[in-house]
Amino acid sequence: MNGRKALVGALSIAVAGALSGAAFAQQPPIKIGLLATLEGPFAAGGADGMRGAELALKQKNGMAGGRQIVIIKASSDAKPDVAVNATRKLVEQDKVDIMVGPLSGGEGIAVKEYSKTQPTITFINGSSGAQATTLVDPSPNFFRFNTEGAQWMVGLGKATLAKGYKRAMVIAEDYAFPYSQVQGFMSEYCRLGGKVPVKAWVPLGGKDYSSVIARIPKDVDALVVVLGGADAVNFLNQYEAAGGDKPLVGGSITVSQDILNYKGKRRDSLVGTIAGAPIADAYDAPEFKAFVADYQKNYPVSAGGYPSPSLFALVYYINMKAALDGLDAVNGDLSGGQAKYREALAKMTLKTPVGDVKLDGNRQAIGTTFITEVVKDAQGNLFNKVLSKVDGVDQLLGMKKEDFKIGSRDEPSCP
Amino acid sequence: MTRNARWIWAAVLGLPLLAFACWGIWDNERLFFVTLLNGLTLASLYFIVASGFTLVFGLMRNVNLAHGSLYLLGGYVGYFVAEWSGYYVLALAVGFLAAALVGLVMQVAVFRFMQGEELRQTMVTIGLSIVMADLMLWIVSAQVHQMSAPDWLLGPIRDLPIIRAYSKFRISLLVIGVIIGVLLWLFLNRTRVGMMIRAGVDDRAMLAATGVNVNLVFAITFAIGAGLAGFGGVIGAVELSMVPGEDVRLLLACLIVVIVGGMGSVVGAAIGATILGVAETFGLAYTPTYSVVFTFVILVLVLAFRPRGILGRPA
Amino acid sequence: MSAAQWRHAMNAGAGRLAMGRRAPAPAATVRVPGATPAERRYLSLLAHIKARHVVVLLFVLAYPMFATPFLTYQIGAQSLALGLIVLSLTFLGGSGGMISLAQMSVAGVAGYMLAIFGSSGEPAISFGWPWWVAATIAVVIAIAAGTAVGWLSVRTEGIYTIMITLAVGVAFYHLCLQNYSIFNGFQGFQRVYAPTILGINFRDPMPFYYLALGCALGGYFLVKYVLRSPFGIALEGIRNNARRMNALGFAVTAHRVAAYAFAALLAAIGGLLFTWYNGLITPNSVGTSWLINVLIIAILGGLRHPIGPFIGAIVFVLLQNFAIDLIDRERFNLVIGGVFLAIVLFSPDGLIGIWATVKSKLITQRGGKS
Repeated sequence: MNGRKALVGALSIAVAGALSGAAFAQQPPIKIGLLATLEGPFAAGGADGMRGAELALKQKNGMAGGRQIVIIKASSDAKPDVAVNATRKLVEQDKVDIMVGPLSGGEGIAVKEYSKTQPTITFINGSSGAQATTLVDPSPNFFRFNTEGAQWMVGLGKATLAKGYKRAMVIAEDYAFPYSQVQGFMSEYCRLGGKVPVKAWVPLGGKDYSSVIARIPKDVDALVVVLGGADAVNFLNQYEAAGGDKPLVGGSITVSQDILNYKGKRRDSLVGTIAGAPIADAYDAPEFKAFVADYQKNYPVSAGGYPSPSLFALVYYINMKAALDGLDAVNGDLSGGQAKYREALAKMTLKTPVGDVKLDGNRQAIGTTFITEVVKDAQGNLFNKVLSKVDGVDQLLGMKKEDFKIGSRDEPSCP
Repeated sequence: MTRNARWIWAAVLGLPLLAFACWGIWDNERLFFVTLLNGLTLASLYFIVASGFTLVFGLMRNVNLAHGSLYLLGGYVGYFVAEWSGYYVLALAVGFLAAALVGLVMQVAVFRFMQGEELRQTMVTIGLSIVMADLMLWIVSAQVHQMSAPDWLLGPIRDLPIIRAYSKFRISLLVIGVIIGVLLWLFLNRTRVGMMIRAGVDDRAMLAATGVNVNLVFAITFAIGAGLAGFGGVIGAVELSMVPGEDVRLLLACLIVVIVGGMGSVVGAAIGATILGVAETFGLAYTPTYSVVFTFVILVLVLAFRPRGILGRPA
Repeated sequence: MSAAQWRHAMNAGAGRLAMGRRAPAPAATVRVPGATPAERRYLSLLAHIKARHVVVLLFVLAYPMFATPFLTYQIGAQSLALGLIVLSLTFLGGSGGMISLAQMSVAGVAGYMLAIFGSSGEPAISFGWPWWVAATIAVVIAIAAGTAVGWLSVRTEGIYTIMITLAVGVAFYHLCLQNYSIFNGFQGFQRVYAPTILGINFRDPMPFYYLALGCALGGYFLVKYVLRSPFGIALEGIRNNARRMNALGFAVTAHRVAAYAFAALLAAIGGLLFTWYNGLITPNSVGTSWLINVLIIAILGGLRHPIGPFIGAIVFVLLQNFAIDLIDRERFNLVIGGVFLAIVLFSPDGLIGIWATVKSKLITQRGGKS
């Protein structure tokens, strides 16, 4: 009885296969698979990531290397297994030539592992920022043109000390991405003499921060808050209501555009927060201004865009742009298992809205980090003002390979 | 259980707790009392949402796994009403009414036709919760929606003994929780419909046999139960913010509360909510890594000794 | 247990379960005078085989020959592995009347143990023992875990079971998420790959498909066999009227816990396959959405027949993969939720229920004409 059902299924698949087969014309377009998270807690960021990637293609009028580019989208829900399934479908069923994605860290590691089984396809990261993706057992055909969590915090330790905050408490979610962010902050902060007496790792899914707030000791000068999305909003709101007044130091997603613009009134407590991030709304380089203007033109707030592109939009934009620039460099030649294309990617100096990016030996970006401060503009909108900019940040944070350990709950430590 | 056994159990459970309390107060009295207050205020929110859940189950044996979605719905509706009108109290009322209305429709249009098919009703509520979650994501987007507390509840109360400062809004949670509890008690014990509901909880067949319009009683109960979820949602929209995924979180909290407290008992819901709220906040303050696991250990312990919960009765 | 005892058990099946499940027709026995019981059983087995069974079997065996590697692996093998996990739920729910949402957690225990005792991308935690040692230990531990869940939840009934197993499942998720020394926390284990045996790499689509198919067929026939055994029939009796079965002298609790243990075996095998299929196990693999998905698949296919889980899994996997090509990509949950709702509302027996209805209508029409 399941035979007939399965047959019907197989037939419909066969028909779908035939249709996609017919699409192969004489000058075939290059297919790029685009994977982001459109379900679950990261859905808002994923949608903006998609906008960023589409913008990169729009700027080139849908062409790269002299060939038409077709984007095939897929969605995951921030789960590694779902991300791999979606990627496998894009690669093996939809036969994309290049993959761009995924969005979050765990997904990134899983997709990197999958990329090893598809040596003729080139994988370029979306916005995933796990350190292990390129540090542990890297894949020869997985490229990441964005810097990751730890790199995004380089320079913040120095800025925090410059503000006079000598002792800080860390409040962060209990998983890999915040570990890397805290590492990026602490390795510099501790080296320069700062102290972190308490680290509060909050289990994922906990929404009530009152207990964490109660644990804040009296003698710290600042709170280093590495929370994203609703968690950041809840913490800020509850901290303010509980009468807290310590200055904040933010992680890269704590003060990203989607947090600054969350639906609700009380955002003012964020003013004055310094943070490290690969993006700064008010960066005044002409390339960045052009990027923001282009984003705003294509995705006005009325059409669901943010007032200013989010971190996800920028990072997806950068990676998609790398994919397209690489195609330009080889004139759309993907022959020989894409060997030439990959060589071009590995050697490329990518021009991005936030400065030049080069890849290291593990195909991981060496790029720019901004130290920003949240300020309020005349209309009452919050944005990130640039305090300083650190160029050429590498994945080992300037350490020697032997000394470097991937961040965890206890690494690094300086109580 | 004999008296002696009861004493032994009280000692086994109570002494470690007492010892912990003494140590906690000695170690850091402010942390201990703030955490206790946090626990009670969180329990208050859990009680409001879970009491509706338990009311519906008690009467109709309907495990409404879409209860979390009603919470989210109430929160979103409350948020938009508050943004449009600026009145928190109005938001509370509309949040209650919106969820109650949806609950009423669910009861009248779906569950009325599945009377007695408990498992199937539960499946329907699972389906509804998936559909509702996605519809809300579609309409409201995944953006974080955080409602502002009214001005008179904004900020902290300062200069308190020991705990120094405490959020006004959180204190108000405690007050609202008590008011809801008292109103529910009055409703169930002092009104005609309430008595019918209680009679129905005890014996549905007898209630029907006495000529009461059972369908009407069911519809009212479902509406109130759903409304309480929506009401809790509006409160949650201020304290915990509304975002996709909150529905499942609150649903799980409700499940634990009613399993621990005993399904169908409003007093049980209060006890369960207190245990859960206090355990959660103390866990987070003192052993953050395993705080969530800790909650479930309590659940398993209660079940091992009282399979129907603390105040549960055989169905 | 004597035949008389289970005839009693059958007769006791007057009570109806909410899911609208019919008591199965008594095993149709072929009366052949003078045949030994073994021969009789063999003949009755032959009498059960119909054309469609042969067609289905041939189709699933030949499937990888004409399907692309993608369809073989992601659609075929995934459906089979998932179906086996779901089968453990439908066995409990269908014959035992116990809907356990923790079956994915049991499968997850097997997957985690496989990664911990076998080899993975975390050499600091994994023991690196040979795959068959790790797999055996994993199955044993998963059965122990499943039995423990059963012991905890059989003390309650019906709807309570759903809630308690859901709570246990979520507890396990949080344990995996928070513990780094054993479960490696948020990252879980990567690179948990199927082994290479006798030169056959079971990571490749076709060998893995046949591995999954072998396990799925094994599970399917095992369940069919158990359902017809005295144990299975006693279980049905308990589902229909536990009190009467108790009065008849059956150890109701023991039967139920044993059913959980058997279901755990199915879930464990399915969990191993699913972990190998994904090549990884993370807390998300045992998170709330997967717990619910397993239930959705079970209801989609139908609890009435052990083929239901596999049909449900095929439909679920097809929807998950191709819904994005048909509708707005973000609305997968709406589609799956809507389909689920429609099934529960209009066909409580799932897709196999629809098939049965259509078939009976066709038969009556044909009968009317002739």
